[in-house]
Formats: sequence, structure tokens, C-alpha cells
Amino acid sequence: MSTSWLVLFTLLIPLAAALLIALFGRWPNLRDAISPLAGGAITLIVIPLYQRFQAGSRLELNLLEPLPGLPIQFELEPLGLLFALIVGPLWLITSLYAIGYMRSHHEQNQTRFYAMFAISIGSTLGAAFSGNLFTLFLCYEILTISTYPLVAHAGTPEAQRGARTYLAILLGTSIGLLLLAIIITWSISGTLDFRPGGILNGKLDPAWAGVLYALFLFGIGKAAVMPFHRWLPAAMVAPTPVSALLHAVAVVKTGVFMVLKITIYIFGTEFMLTNNISEWLIWFAGATILLASLIAMTKDNLKERLAYSTVSQLSYIVLGAMLANEAGLLGGSLHIVMHAFAKITLFFAAGAILVTTHKTEISDMTGLGRTMPLTFGLFLIASLSLIGIPPLGGMWSKWYLGLGAVEAGQWALLSVLLLSSLLNIAYLLAVPARAFFGKPNNATIPQQIKEAPRSCLLAMALTSLACLVLFFYSTPFTSLALTAVGGP
Amino acid sequence: MIEQHLSILLVVVPLLAAPITAILPRPRIAWLLTLLITWSCLLLAIWQLQIVLAGNTISYDLGGWAPPWGIEYRIDTLNAFIAVIVAATAAITLPYALRSVEQEIVPQHIPLFYTAFLLCLTGLLGITLTGDIFNLFVFLEISSLSSYALISMGRQRQALTAAFQYLVMGTIGATFLLIGIGLIYSETGTLNMLDLAERLPSVFEHRTVHTAFAFIMIGVALKLALFPLHLWLPNAYTFAPTVITIFLAATATKVAIYVMLRMVYTVFSIGFAEDTPLNEMFMLLGVIGVLMASFYAIYQTNSKRLLAYSSVAQIGYMVLGIGFGSVLGLTATVVHIFNHALMKAALFMAVGALIYRVGSSRLQDWHGLGRQMPWTFAALVIAGLSLIGLPGTAGFISKWYLVAAAVEQHNWLIAVIILVGSLLAVVYVWKMVEVLFFRDANTTTEVIREAPLLLLVPTWLLVLANLYFGFNTELTVDIARTAASMLETNTP
Repeated sequence: MSTSWLVLFTLLIPLAAALLIALFGRWPNLRDAISPLAGGAITLIVIPLYQRFQAGSRLELNLLEPLPGLPIQFELEPLGLLFALIVGPLWLITSLYAIGYMRSHHEQNQTRFYAMFAISIGSTLGAAFSGNLFTLFLCYEILTISTYPLVAHAGTPEAQRGARTYLAILLGTSIGLLLLAIIITWSISGTLDFRPGGILNGKLDPAWAGVLYALFLFGIGKAAVMPFHRWLPAAMVAPTPVSALLHAVAVVKTGVFMVLKITIYIFGTEFMLTNNISEWLIWFAGATILLASLIAMTKDNLKERLAYSTVSQLSYIVLGAMLANEAGLLGGSLHIVMHAFAKITLFFAAGAILVTTHKTEISDMTGLGRTMPLTFGLFLIASLSLIGIPPLGGMWSKWYLGLGAVEAGQWALLSVLLLSSLLNIAYLLAVPARAFFGKPNNATIPQQIKEAPRSCLLAMALTSLACLVLFFYSTPFTSLALTAVGGP
Repeated sequence: MIEQHLSILLVVVPLLAAPITAILPRPRIAWLLTLLITWSCLLLAIWQLQIVLAGNTISYDLGGWAPPWGIEYRIDTLNAFIAVIVAATAAITLPYALRSVEQEIVPQHIPLFYTAFLLCLTGLLGITLTGDIFNLFVFLEISSLSSYALISMGRQRQALTAAFQYLVMGTIGATFLLIGIGLIYSETGTLNMLDLAERLPSVFEHRTVHTAFAFIMIGVALKLALFPLHLWLPNAYTFAPTVITIFLAATATKVAIYVMLRMVYTVFSIGFAEDTPLNEMFMLLGVIGVLMASFYAIYQTNSKRLLAYSSVAQIGYMVLGIGFGSVLGLTATVVHIFNHALMKAALFMAVGALIYRVGSSRLQDWHGLGRQMPWTFAALVIAGLSLIGLPGTAGFISKWYLVAAAVEQHNWLIAVIILVGSLLAVVYVWKMVEVLFFRDANTTTEVIREAPLLLLVPTWLLVLANLYFGFNTELTVDIARTAASMLETNTP
């Protein structure tokens, strides 16, 4: 099959899945089989796409041209491929998890849930394969809208508030700042194509470049750089599979992915470095890393703590992008992968605890490790990966990010990274530590082993296994990231 | 034969059909005739557009009297395009009208309703096609008088006051226009637009011409509900029968914008307008209109009134586009005329379908309806996204050109204000979406069925058009650009 059809299929399969889910709404078993099947199909497509890419095949696919010179364009590009390589398999795993979770939690409106979920994944893959900034923006906005019903799923006043914050910040920043930045870029350079070396070099006064970069950085609300991070904790009212795949992987990574793409292909690293464009902006990322970690420590609600942890971790990637040197970009790109597998495991665990024991607060989980040893054990593995302890995958991205900071001579940023690792230990390891070693203060904790539904456990085991494997074998991701940053 | 008389047929066919519908015995027959007439008008209008797009300008001498003595119908890209918008809106509204009108209007009035509707269509098509400013005034009155009658047919008693308010304001506007026309006639002795364009420059210095210009601008501004002169519009849209709200929202103000463009660019020429503070006024009123009307919209509790204020805000965008005085700005205006017709008609249709089932346009009666009427809900959301201007919808194309026109002139403030207007649109659109999506705790679980197909199909056709024209802009943008550069250089 031709490469262009493979890329198109990654976009069409989720849409077709959404349609089938809507049609088969009456037969839950049939309906629930569609998402894993589609996830599997995507996985089976992105792997050969990767192989073809490594064999040297390139692709540029123009579909329509809504505005002159601005086609809807998809291309095979290393960073996008890296992103798609984690989204496909994780959709498969999450949909397995979701079946167990949604059924044991007796959620309403499951048909709408799965259909919108599939559309969200479709737009994420569209973003991954976008060939120009316009297409990326289109997919970015579809993703915002299609995740809204997922966040508002519960229909409670609390969900209404959360969904409102979610939409207000994401749409507000994307229309108010990002669209403006895109139109300015277009009027300066006459194109929005992603080109190696950037399209703004020599066309924009370096003094203004910083302002434009700031418009992009804050306009991409999905990257959750403070002060536009509030939507992410607000989105935690959604069912756990949504928090796990969308608000730890697909949605937030679309944001940081966009930051990386803009840094590499719109501004160009050379332009960034010679003019010190991110000189003062980089401190927003640094501050976000630390502040979000500090806030995470104060949160007793497990999902909320994880959400702030995500805010902090996203800024690692943004920081890597703004360092704009090879190691920094490599670290940022790798952190997309490493953080994805670790954070999704943590969310899976939070959801597993919720469906099994109906507990959401960390203080209530004291001693729960004896009841759910597997869940908390896997939580521990993922936490260690996130902290960056070998032999887990999370080490590599932190290593390269640190290296990037050293190369740039930013010692203060290096200490931010190290300090944040310590904070990670404090707020993440506290959870399993309490669960395993704490004494239950009341009798509500059952004494026998009572684990989460099997499909939830399987999903968690797979993702935490991936954390381990990625330490020893991360070649596909590393080589893709290296190609993207223009290294050897 | 038909091709030769195409332009006049567009006006004459609905005009002649109007009295016939009045004497038809059964409401459904009247509807059927109106349906046939509107669809044939649409075909004629598309045919006409094709002729014009092939590079011709149609000039038709009414009654064989050569212009400038006789009335001339002169059709170029711009008004052929507007005529298609008007005819298409009528054609798509009519299938929707059958059920909606039967529910909202007493049976013995229905034939008269369609008579007035056809007259209104005649008037609007006439305004777009004529090349004679007095004839334009006549058609403006035909469309206005029939729309006063149509609005007064609304179900609630407030419809009468709304119609009366519109009547007063509309008449003031028409009178101003007439005074202006009279003044320039006294100066030049001609009423033909092209002839005026030739003769007026020699008397540009005269104060009478300046006065006439001011009278005409204010008269038209009243008709198009430009911000401080918009007071008639919210009431009229709120209390009119749903079908009329759909039709007027998509056409009446757009035609008035067209008149504005024609007067400024063809009759008086941009050179004259640039000596007056017109563009600055347009910018100022456009900006204030966008912001204020959007704020008003946010605080409405009645869906129709909310959308009506949103229309005032959207008119602000169109006027803003004229105010830039550049080809890009004019392109944005013309594109937005078309796109706004698409989105507002779709929105009012979706709202109308909800009203059809619930019998109320107040938001408080709509809690949780999204689950019971998912198709209507989805239509409302997509059309709403188009109104906001999200990429992938027609509204985005308008926003893009508007912001690009602002950025082109390094007018950052205006660019930001346009985007802020979009954000305000998010707030008022989502106000409706939230009400429909979330269930109120104390609503009774009364079963409400999805809207009938006859209402849903036209709604969804428009919704799909909103998406289609968000991806394929060959038709809209190309025509708009041709029309804009034609206006700018004043070469018909």
C-alpha cells in the first residue's frame, strides 16, 4: 500500500471508528470492541510507516486548499512520527483499560464517550502528521472541541465548571494569541510550511521575534505553561481514561509537540540561538516546572496531584525546545515519549484505585498497598521513571535535558531540573510509601487482596513494562528525535 | 429568450406570484407555489452568476428605454453574488417553512404570509439588481413594508410593537435615503448609478452633495442596523415568526451592506469618501458594534434575542472590513456577507427546531434538550463554531481575511479586537450549548422527540455548507476578491 494511503488511514480509521461506535450504540459489546480494534489497526499502520521512513521514504500530501497558499497538508516527518508511534499503541491499551473502567464504574452515555474519544485521537494523529502550521492549528482546535464533551461527561455542576474553565482557557489562548501569531507569521513570511531551518530567519526583526515567540508559547494553551495551566487540573473531572490518554498524552503532548515544531521548523534553531529569542521566556518554563511541583505537593486529590505533575513535566519539554540546542531538543522530544508512558500508568493506577475502592484522596489511601499491591507496585515503577531513576526510560530525557542546559551554560536551569527531580520524589513517592508502609487509621480498608478489574491491571502492566524497556531500547524514538533536530 | 430577460425575471416572477398566493384557497398550495417560485428564482440567480462570472456585465434596459433615461438593471460579480445569497436563502428556508409556519400562524393567514414573503423576496432581489437609485429606494420600501407585515405575524403580542418599532425606524431610514437621493438628483439631474458616477465628480465641491452623502449613509446605516442605529433589530428578530427571522437575518442586513458598498464605491467613488471621515467612522462604529453587541448578547436569556445581538456584532465585522478601505478588507466583507448568511440561517433554523418542539425560545426552558434532540443540538454546535470562527468552518475564512486586512495595515489593535469578538462569541454560543448539554436538576423528564425531518434537513444542509465553505473557498473567496477589486478600482 502506498505511504500516502497509510497516513490517510491513520486519520480515517478513528473517524470511521467514531461513526461505527455511534451506529452500534445499542449493542455495548460490539461497540466496545471497536476502539481496541481501531487502536490496533493504527498501531499496525504506524510501525510500517516508521520502517518506511527509516528506509528513506518521504511524503507530502495536499488534500484541499481552503486559503490560497495554505493547503490542508500532511507529511511524514520524524517528530510527528515519534508522536504517532506513542499515540497509536497507547490508544489500544487505553481502550482496553476503558472497557474495564467504564463498566465497573457504571458510567452513563458510554456511546458518546467512545465516539468523541475516537475523534479526539483522530485529530491528535492529524496534528502529528500535519505538514504546515495551518493544518496543525485546525487539528488543535478540533481536539479542543472534541474533548469538551469528555471533560463535561459527568454532567454534574462540578463537571460544568471544569469544562467551562477547560474551554475558556484553551479556546481563549488559541483564538486570542495563537491565531494572531499564525496570521502575523503568514503576513511576514507568506507561508506556513514547516521547513528545516525555519521560515522567519531574516524576515523578522529579532527584537520582535521574542514577542512573536511569546504569542506562540502562551497561545498554545495545551502546553500549559503558567499562567495558562488552570485548564489541566480543571479537566480532571473527566473519567480516568480521558485523564490518562488525553490529558497526560494526546492533548497536552499536542501542545508541546506544537511548541517543538514551531521552534524547529518555523523559527529555526539557528535563528533562535543567534538572537537569544527565548532569553527571558525560558524562565516561564523554569518557573512552571518548580511552581507546579510545589502545588502538586499540596494536593491531596490523587488525580489533581498528577495533573500538576503533568503541568510541571510539560514545561520540561518546553524548556528543551527553548534551549534550542541539539541536546535540549533531543531531551524535549524524548520526554514526550518517556513522560507519556509513565504518566499514563500513574493515571491508570489512580483510576484503578477509584473503581475498586472509590477513593480519590491520597490521605484515604494509607495502607491500601496491602489490598492492591500490584496497582501500587506499578505506580511505584512509573513514579521512578518520571523521577528519572535508572533503569527506567525517564532517565534518558532528563539526561539530555540536563546536558542541553549545561551546553547552553544555563546553570540555573540545570539546578531547576535537579531541584524538580527532588520535588518529584517528594510528591510521587509519597503515594506508594503511604500505601505500603502507612497504618490504616480506620477500618475501611479491606484486609484481603482486592485488585482492580483485570483489563485495568493488564493495561497498567503493559505501560509500566514499556517504561522499563525504554531504558534499554529507545532506538526508534532516539533516532527519530535526532533526525528532527538535525543531528547525526 | 430567458437568458436575455434573466435579470428582470428574477424580480417579476416573485412579484407576479405574490398576489396569486393571496387568493389560493389552501395554505399548502400557497406554500407549494412559493416553493416553486423560490427555487426557480435560485436557478435564475445561479444562471445569472454564471454569465457574469464568464466575464460579462449584464445591462438590461427596462421597457426598452435606454439608460440613463430609462431604468437600467446592471449586474456585475458583486450583485450577482448577493442575488444568489438572497435566492438561496429563500429556497432553503421554504421547505423548513411548511411545518414551522403551520405551527406559528393561523391557517387563514398563511396564504397572506406567503404573499408578503414573496413581496419581500421581490424587494430584496430588486435592490440587488437595479442600477437606478430611485428604483432602489422603491424596492427597499417594498421589502421593508412586507417585512413589517411579516414580523407583526409573530405568535406573541410583542410582535406588534416590534413591527411598529421597526416601521418607525425603517421609515426614518428610508426617508433619509430619499432625501439624499432627491438632493443628488437636484444636483445632477440623473438617477442612474453609472451616470451619477460620471456626473457627480464635477459637483463634489458642493455642500449639497456632502449633505446628500450624509443622508444616504445614515439612511442605509439604519437599514443595516449599524451599531448605535440597531435598536429595532433585536426585537424584530426575537418576535418575528421563526421562518422570517431566518430569512431576514440571512438576507435583509446583507442587502443593506451591499447598498452601502454600491453607494460608497460606485455612485460616489472612494476618492470622494476618503475626503470624508467615512472610513474612520466605519472603523469606530464597527469596533464598538462588535464589542458592545457581543456583550449584550452574553447577557440575553432568550436565544433569538441572543442571536439577534450577535447579528449586530457580525454587521460590525462587515462594516469594519469596509472601513479598512483595502481590497483585502472588502474581500473580507463580501466573504463574510455570504458566510454569515450561512451560519446565522443555520443557527436560527436549529433554534427554530427547538422552539418547534418546546414552544419557547427562552434558554431556561431548554435544559438538557441536547440529549433528546441530538441532531438539532449538533447542528447548533457546529453552526455556533462557525460563528466563533474556528478553523474548518466558513466563519474562520471570514475571520482570517479580516485579521489579515488589519495586520496588512499594521493595525494591531483592530486585529486584537476582532479576535476578542470571537472570544465573546465563544461565551454566548456556549451559553446555549451548556444549557442544552447539562440537565437542570428540577426539569421534568418529559419525553421530547427529535425535530421533524422537514426542519432537520434544511438545517443540516446549511450546517454542511458551513463546513464545506470552510474547506473549499474557491467559490466564495474568488468571487469576493473579484468583486472587491472591481469596487476598489471602480471598473464595473
